[in-house]
Amino acid sequence: MFSLSSKPIDADALKSLVNTQQAGAYVAFEGWVRDHNEGRQVTGLEYEAYEALAVKEGNKILEEAQKFSILKAHCVHRTGALKIGDMAVMVVVSSAHRKEAFVACEFIINEIKKRVPIWKRETYADGSTSWVNCAHGHKTAHGAKS
Amino acid sequence: MEVLAHLAGNGKTVRVDYFALLKEQRGLASEKLQTNSSTVLELYEELQGRYGFSLKHSSIAVALNDEFADWSEKLSESDKVVFIPPVAGG
Repeated sequence: MFSLSSKPIDADALKSLVNTQQAGAYVAFEGWVRDHNEGRQVTGLEYEAYEALAVKEGNKILEEAQKFSILKAHCVHRTGALKIGDMAVMVVVSSAHRKEAFVACEFIINEIKKRVPIWKRETYADGSTSWVNCAHGHKTAHGAKS
Repeated sequence: MEVLAHLAGNGKTVRVDYFALLKEQRGLASEKLQTNSSTVLELYEELQGRYGFSLKHSSIAVALNDEFADWSEKLSESDKVVFIPPVAGG
């Protein structure tokens, strides 16, 4: 299941959701807020989501990941204001063997970054802000990575 | 003029929700408005002309009633339209 959370992500609780006796492998991805992007010092950021469509598209991606013959997959993405070091997103996958879980986990986070309507506004050390990936005057941030 | 068009049967009332940069540029998160635009593309161009949105339609996506839609999709009375700036989750 894909969900949005305005509160800190509980990594242990999420891990327990994919724990099953058929599983021989567990792979997780955590995305953290780092202190820089595109050469600028980041002091904090805010995620905003179009909830109805984000949840729909996120769940579609998790269903698509079943093509890798995994057992279970879940993802939680944060909304609201986050500090440096906070967990922004977590993907958990279990499978019988490790290869499927690794591949599926990477597929899920890649697709989420590409397709799910969630936006990120960074605040920089000089107090200015910018919506990542939205060309906006001199604060342009193209193809920002996280 | 919009009211007259509405009476003539061309106009419709739609709800538009804004997110991220578009919300900032529009100055609000949601509005109901009357429009003569027949497609979602025409509606974006109409609003872009009115509010000066910096994003070209070719760099954004659009959702109609909470589903991704083509720009050529026709607008109907009471539709919910959301323009989707480049996403940046993760």
